[in-house]
Amino acid sequence: MRAPLSWIKEFVDIPASITAEEISDALIRVGFEVEEIIKQGSDITGPLVFAKVLSIEELTEFKKPVRYVGLDCGEKETRYVICGATNFVVGDLIVAALPGAVLPGNFAIGARETYGKTSNGMICSARELGLGDDHSGIMIFAEGTVKIGDDAIAGLMINDVIFDVAVNPDRGYALSIRGIAREVAGSLGLTFTDPVDALRELTFTETGKGVSAKIADPSTASVFYLRTLSNFDPSATTPLWMRRRIEKMGMRSISLVVDVTNYVMLELGQPLHAFDKSKIKGGVTIKRAGKAQPFTTLDGQVRQLDPDDLMVCDDAQPLALAGTMGGASSEISETTTEIALEAVRFDPVCVAKNSRRHKLSSEASRRLERSVDPSLAQLASARFVQLLTENSSAQHVATVVDGEPRFAPVVKVDPAYISRILGVEVSPAQITEILRTIGCDVNEKTFEVDPPSWRSDLLTSADFAEEVARMIGYDKIPSILPPRPLHASLTPTQKRRRAVAQMLASRGLAEVQTFPFTNQETIDSMGFVGERAATYRIANPMSEEFPLMRVHLVPGLIEVAQRNISRGAKDFAIFEMGSIFRSSQKLVPFISPDLSKRPTQKVIDEIFASVPPQAYHVAGLLVGKVESEDWQGKARSYNWQDAIAYAQDILQLCNLEWTVKRSDFAPWHPGRCAELIVDGKAVAHAGELHPRIVAKYGLPERSVAFAVGLSALPDSQLVRPTTVGTMPAALQDVALIVDANITASQVEEALRHGAGELLESITLFDRYDKLGDGKISLAFSLVFRAPDRTLTGAEVTAMRESAVDAAVKATGAVLRTA
Amino acid sequence: MNPADIASWISDAQKAFAAASDLDALKVARLAHTGDKAPVSLASRALGSLSPEEKASAGKLIGDAKAEIAKALAKATEKLEVERDAKVLLEEVVDITLPVQRTHRGGLHPISIIKNEVSDFFIEQGFSVEEGPELESGWLNFDALNIPADHPARTMQDTFFIEPIESGVVLRTQTSPVQIRSMLTQEPPIYMICPGRTFRADELDATHSPVFHQVEGLVVDKGITMAHLKGTLDNFARHMFGPDVVTRLRPSFFPFTEPSAEVDIFFNGRWIEWGGCGMVNPKVLATCGIDTDIYTGFAFGMGLERTLMVRHGITDMHDIVEGDLRFTRQFGVGL
Repeated sequence: MRAPLSWIKEFVDIPASITAEEISDALIRVGFEVEEIIKQGSDITGPLVFAKVLSIEELTEFKKPVRYVGLDCGEKETRYVICGATNFVVGDLIVAALPGAVLPGNFAIGARETYGKTSNGMICSARELGLGDDHSGIMIFAEGTVKIGDDAIAGLMINDVIFDVAVNPDRGYALSIRGIAREVAGSLGLTFTDPVDALRELTFTETGKGVSAKIADPSTASVFYLRTLSNFDPSATTPLWMRRRIEKMGMRSISLVVDVTNYVMLELGQPLHAFDKSKIKGGVTIKRAGKAQPFTTLDGQVRQLDPDDLMVCDDAQPLALAGTMGGASSEISETTTEIALEAVRFDPVCVAKNSRRHKLSSEASRRLERSVDPSLAQLASARFVQLLTENSSAQHVATVVDGEPRFAPVVKVDPAYISRILGVEVSPAQITEILRTIGCDVNEKTFEVDPPSWRSDLLTSADFAEEVARMIGYDKIPSILPPRPLHASLTPTQKRRRAVAQMLASRGLAEVQTFPFTNQETIDSMGFVGERAATYRIANPMSEEFPLMRVHLVPGLIEVAQRNISRGAKDFAIFEMGSIFRSSQKLVPFISPDLSKRPTQKVIDEIFASVPPQAYHVAGLLVGKVESEDWQGKARSYNWQDAIAYAQDILQLCNLEWTVKRSDFAPWHPGRCAELIVDGKAVAHAGELHPRIVAKYGLPERSVAFAVGLSALPDSQLVRPTTVGTMPAALQDVALIVDANITASQVEEALRHGAGELLESITLFDRYDKLGDGKISLAFSLVFRAPDRTLTGAEVTAMRESAVDAAVKATGAVLRTA
Repeated sequence: MNPADIASWISDAQKAFAAASDLDALKVARLAHTGDKAPVSLASRALGSLSPEEKASAGKLIGDAKAEIAKALAKATEKLEVERDAKVLLEEVVDITLPVQRTHRGGLHPISIIKNEVSDFFIEQGFSVEEGPELESGWLNFDALNIPADHPARTMQDTFFIEPIESGVVLRTQTSPVQIRSMLTQEPPIYMICPGRTFRADELDATHSPVFHQVEGLVVDKGITMAHLKGTLDNFARHMFGPDVVTRLRPSFFPFTEPSAEVDIFFNGRWIEWGGCGMVNPKVLATCGIDTDIYTGFAFGMGLERTLMVRHGITDMHDIVEGDLRFTRQFGVGL
């Protein structure tokens, strides 16, 4: 919302000693962020004069249109300038910058030779004068609004300060000069003159029958003013002062009638809409569209109406998308002489829905959906009649009203609550004064507060607390630390995640964070199927390329790896921790209990259960060499063992025990993927990526990856350590020949089982696969120890034999003899 | 076996040891003067043929001589060993400035680092660190926070909706639903923060990302005031931006707080918008079943990317989201 200082000053008596920066600070202090202070005209020096176009010579020998224009600048002789714009004709009134003038951007105007002529100045566009972005052509003024030869800097009221203010959605009233001026006055302690006070007493003579006005459903609008005017001369022009104010607000001047509706909206905050009365059949009714049908809005677009759209209709058809945009059929035209002016306090939700359904945010809808002062339907429409009749031949015919304004209720405010919540003592007298400043009626005894008509947001003591706080200044609230609880710590889960990340980071893996979005092609190319491929779809994704939620972390890691490779990286290791979103659960319809009281525990549980579980994973991708090669020599490449080791290190860090089995599991190599099992549940997979995926995504051959479902890991248990034995250990080696399809873990498990409780450790110290005949040799060393005695040779031999027997039985192993 | 002979054996040995130029020469001298054929060894063996009286006195003389010779040998050995070491170790000098680290440099993502830092700070203040799901119930993300379906505030945030839309499940637009979850599951006093990933349908550019992180904080207790909110934010700001940082609260609007404020910091010579905050709207407390006659509360929220960018002078969001290792590795693990 823009606000020119010259306009604010109409309602607030601001001493000249107060600077623009001080006004800006004052607005910021009460909650209005000033995004920009535009000092218009500060970079312009004259001479800048109004002039009349006397002659136009088209110079046709150039690639672009060039005109040699004769101007009457109020001088003795005609002044000739070169001009590239073509939007004017002989007789038009324009602004000319004469030699010696300096325009914004330090653009000095001088007499110069160009296109074979002497150009003695320049005809200006709004943008060249720093008055707006409109570059479509030079500024043209209506006959009678400017005087030839007059100083245009003064005439166009160029020198002004314009504040660009961000208005929060709860303060719709401040989308007007009236609202901004009130805040400036309140913040600086200056007197504010409310422009509507003078409008309350305005009455207009009824000279005929007006168009009828009706609200079909009172929930869609509270009050509807429809004022009929006639005898309008469509050749009437907008006075320059009004045009300039509209332009300073960032809008364009269109025609007198439309300009007055916009002017009043900008001044007071009430959107108005003017219809060409001759196009209205019968009366005007605010009602729902009722059925889908095409409707052409003012911007020329044909829109398909939703039956629920709120419309302003005549007896035959819809005339306007209520509070959002008028229709083309009843638009004010160059022949309009009779006007029906609509001012309605629409229900904000209805307008918001209209605007959202048609993706149409207009100056009107922006205000109406933030709630407009209900008293303005009457007052703003009166202001329209006042301004239009003053500036044209138009005459008021009749005013028809339906409904009545509904105001916010009187609120019983607890002054003690305000001090209690703000942490600073504010006396009831002070509260009364502040609330009166913002326009409330306050009963000092009962503290019943009647909020002003424009503040439909003031409903509770908390709302009033904010008003008090911002008017005394947030800086008056002291800074005190709250009482602190005795103790807090990270949860075991949080500690675990942190430890895992720290471990991987300190072991050479760099953490990355990717967007958790994916697509079907990625899911398919990874080889995910069944429940591992099922996921949730985003109804409105950023791009149709990534409409699904990720089901695994590895694809994101591959994408980051590709990016790094494309930027020159060769050997590296990365990891990511985060949620995955497999659609294990069908979503139930929205559960939406009433507010302001706690839902029942059953409903709360249902809401929690309606949110699907989202597993938390950590995954890593290791590509290229384990180390960087340098003067110390070559380095080996990452291999499947590295990936499995990382996965196991994570489980070990969490102090868990696991078993390993080979798994055919996407996206890994079916022969080189380990599944780690904790408490009977597969919690991690690791190994070499599937060669097809490696090739498709251009990764170095035999890249490896691991993924651990952190949220699937059981909590670690309280450690109950076994006593450390000091008796001597007995070492036994066994070498077993097994079929090549027997895994080391199967043999180890059998040995462990057979060796009995006195087995302290078991280590695979050799694996030999050159025996041929589909056989391999696995050699283990077993360490036995008893807590209370030295083991005898016979005991150790017996345990060793028992271990071997178990391995023979379980795996068909044959003891290897030297 | 006269004493003069014995004295000469000692002095011969001493001279020979002293004359040895290296450990090999010393070995030859040692064999000559202490070996089987050495005079002192021969004399020692000859003791057996002496009478008991002679044996006693000669034995002592020879024993003393052996000790003297051994002393001289030890002295010479030590001297020569030192000389040898000095020479050999000098020859073994290497260039210890050669690059030796060849393992990859790992590190945490800067967002993880700042998240840990914020969490540690608040844990020390006695706050718990709460988490919640990223796919979230629309009721928890909006309605319970006093953002009704058709309120402009709901359209302010461009929400990602999950199909079917009737489920109301969204990608959470803020971490505030975690606050609601805490208030629905815990009794006051509540002192918590909730750092986490959030989503809004903003195009990725230098300062925006559709996927970003927030940390929000919530306190609900007896007698909590806006002064406590200010104190907490001041403390937090100093921790994140240094002792000289100045904060400023500006009135603002959030449906879930009343009064509401923006919190700005004055950092590196200018005011920067850091986050939003306010006193928890009594409507929100009531929806969570908290007795508003007894309890009041405050809440605040900041963007972690923004905090990181402001503090570290990062100008392009792409660096944070792309995962280029050259960027991430600069942060180490945040130590």
